Amino acid sequence: MESTTLPPQDAPIRKRRTRRLRLIAALPIAALALAGCTLPKFGAVEGDTTSSQSVFHLWQWFSVAAVIIGGFTFALIVWAAFRYRRKSDDVIPRQVQYHLPAEVLYTIIPILVIIGLFAATLVVENKVVANPKTDVTVDVLAFQWGWKFTYPGSYALVYGQTTASPEMVIPAGENVHINLRSSDVIHGFYVHDFNFSRFAQPGIKNEFTFNALKTGTFFGQCTQLCGLYHSLMFFKVKVVTPEAYQVWLKSFNTPAGIAAYNAAKNAASQQTSSHVDTKPTSSSGAN
Amino acid sequence: MTDVLNPTHVHEEDHGHEEHHGPTGILKWMTTTDHKVIGMSYTITAVMMLVIGGLFAEIIRAQLAAPNAGLVSLAQYNQLFTMHGSVMIYLFAGPFAFGALANFLVPIQIGAPDMAFPRLNALSYWLYLTGCITMLSGFFTSGGAANFGWVGYAPLSNSMNSPGAGADLWIGALLLTGFSAIFTGVNLTATIFYLRAPGMTMFRMPIFTWNMLVTGILILLAFPVLTAGLIMLYCDRHFGTHIFSVAGGGVPVLWQHIFWFWGHPEVYILALPFFGMVSEIIPVFSKKPTFGYKGMIFATLTIAALSLGVWAHHMFTTGVVLLPFFSAMSLLIAVPTGIKMFNWIGSMWRGQVWFSTAMLMSIGFVITFLIGGLTGIYLASPPLDFFTHDTYFVVAHFHSVVMALVLGGMAGLYYWGPKMTGFLLNEKIGKSQFWFLFIGTQLFTFPQYLLGLRGMPRRMAVYPHDAQWQFLNQLSSLGAALIGISTILFVVNVVVSWKKYPAGDNPWDGHTLEWFTTSPPPHHNFYRLPKIRSERPTWDYNHPEHKALAHGHNNDGVNA
Repeated sequence: MESTTLPPQDAPIRKRRTRRLRLIAALPIAALALAGCTLPKFGAVEGDTTSSQSVFHLWQWFSVAAVIIGGFTFALIVWAAFRYRRKSDDVIPRQVQYHLPAEVLYTIIPILVIIGLFAATLVVENKVVANPKTDVTVDVLAFQWGWKFTYPGSYALVYGQTTASPEMVIPAGENVHINLRSSDVIHGFYVHDFNFSRFAQPGIKNEFTFNALKTGTFFGQCTQLCGLYHSLMFFKVKVVTPEAYQVWLKSFNTPAGIAAYNAAKNAASQQTSSHVDTKPTSSSGAN
Repeated sequence: MTDVLNPTHVHEEDHGHEEHHGPTGILKWMTTTDHKVIGMSYTITAVMMLVIGGLFAEIIRAQLAAPNAGLVSLAQYNQLFTMHGSVMIYLFAGPFAFGALANFLVPIQIGAPDMAFPRLNALSYWLYLTGCITMLSGFFTSGGAANFGWVGYAPLSNSMNSPGAGADLWIGALLLTGFSAIFTGVNLTATIFYLRAPGMTMFRMPIFTWNMLVTGILILLAFPVLTAGLIMLYCDRHFGTHIFSVAGGGVPVLWQHIFWFWGHPEVYILALPFFGMVSEIIPVFSKKPTFGYKGMIFATLTIAALSLGVWAHHMFTTGVVLLPFFSAMSLLIAVPTGIKMFNWIGSMWRGQVWFSTAMLMSIGFVITFLIGGLTGIYLASPPLDFFTHDTYFVVAHFHSVVMALVLGGMAGLYYWGPKMTGFLLNEKIGKSQFWFLFIGTQLFTFPQYLLGLRGMPRRMAVYPHDAQWQFLNQLSSLGAALIGISTILFVVNVVVSWKKYPAGDNPWDGHTLEWFTTSPPPHHNFYRLPKIRSERPTWDYNHPEHKALAHGHNNDGVNA
């Protein structure tokens, strides 16, 4: 029905093809070699807690794998499409359907890569979810649409709604244990600079530990849709020196502070059950 | 393309007795049980849903172009993204995949006269249409449409946090479209198992049909779970049960388990049909058989099996799931997906790649899906999920995936549209549509990856505190505008090309049985069938001297 010719199969062309192919495959590796020991950040932040830096390094290695595999595959797609674009209507190429060695290769290599990534994941995951012993504990309660931070064994209390951005004060260089709860719907406790988020859920207490590396104020926000003011449910994490932290905790041990603690506690629990208060309000026992 | 100029007029031999004199016009459309008419109805409805869902997306992107824009209120914004996600997932992507093209193609690809249960098929469509109307009618209730996200997490979706009829209409719509999907799953599975033409063995079925079989089975495994969950949710809302509420001793996180036990297989219920489409289109436009045909089927089956054991990777941050198990299962999905990726490349390798619109869309699909797939690997790692969960990184990831599906779906429409209507679409407009869609998609998603890494959570109507996010958001909105233009170009193309370019029976030198019959096919699809001795019966008929080979073998001796 159609006249056919076989495509050219001469050896030099094939050799050149292979060489070009190798070049394309080598490019991302060369780029990495040029970058030297310091891997690029691939858009992420290093993080200001110990575990967040482990997560950041995991991010870098995943990105290296993604760039090499993605770059190689992308090059193959573009190469296959353009190198073998149609030149004539009548040419019918060889109808090769199976190439067992190649098929085995592109099954085995991804499995090996996956095993590597999974091993790296396990190592970092164990660091992130570890709960080492600690003296500092913060109870975090998320509610529509704000946060309440209390410190067991003290009268310290901070709470605030929406853009009032209540500040969770924690000491630097110490393990800080967080008990995370929600009083109504699911919220997301997320601190960008800590490379970490966790759901605050009704009926479940989630526990995790931070060890902040330096002092400063870090922005936090609810990430899980929780209703009308979800986009404004802010908080801050203020990391201070251990000494300043002790001073801050003790600043609540005054009759006024204790009264404010009790009053604010009641107000907060009323607020969470009513759901309709829309005005951003803030209250902080000490200040 | 001799076949375009000289289509094989086999059908002219034996007309007459196949003609049916039923009702015509709207009455025909209302009463039909013909899988082709139902497939056409599905196609038109699903594309309308794509346009509606796209309009919601454009409003969302317009709102986000400025940090504190007042285009819509906070409440309206929550409704918009909920309905955007719901319309796109429940009313467009799934029904377009297993309702529209599968309905039309599966019986033809296996040489059957219709689906196994034609009346059930009609019921599926009417349930689907009713579901569409039910869900969208939420906008006309006093409280507005559903506003708790397309995942409807409890307890935000209970009657206290989300009162109003919009939420109930959302639940009702999902029940309707859910039953529609289940019936389609039954139909597809039964049709493929029982109605194959003589010679059409399982391993001679086109990849698209194979993928639809696996999709059908996944639907039967996953959708009833969602249906059960929705009934529980409705009971919690109205009949005083406490299945998802802590106050009554219930467990809110159970909703997430139920939802994602459906939701992750659903990802593949959506994706496999589109994988199938490009697995058909790429070989045809490379003039080669599907590379690694059996490996492709093996990969599809592996993906389906794994997809049932990965649901909790959506729940890593809940703190109540076994992280290493779900991480390992999720990472493993990369392997069969990679096999598919390399099979698509292998199908082009040393072929004759014809850059038709359908082929461009398919290549665009492969590239976009590569990006979406690679970023998915990050999210399978719990520590990396912790810091990207519910940020724009996730939004960008799944939009890379679903925009790849849109590219694949467009490839399907350009490729099979001529078979459905008998007329080709304009290639020039088609190619400009491709470039708008492809570039728009990348411009739309790339800034979102960066936004996620810079800490922007999803589902935010305003982001007043961080102006750094504004520029990236504007880039993303510009991308969304380009995608919008591409959709307009598609509509323009349909209008401009209306009954203008007759397609003939086999405009692309196709491989599978649908290219053996007329465009559009007759009432019972075929006047006669070729011998089915491989998965490419039409190609074998047209090119008897060019059979598929394994590497190292050749048919030089057979060649003229």
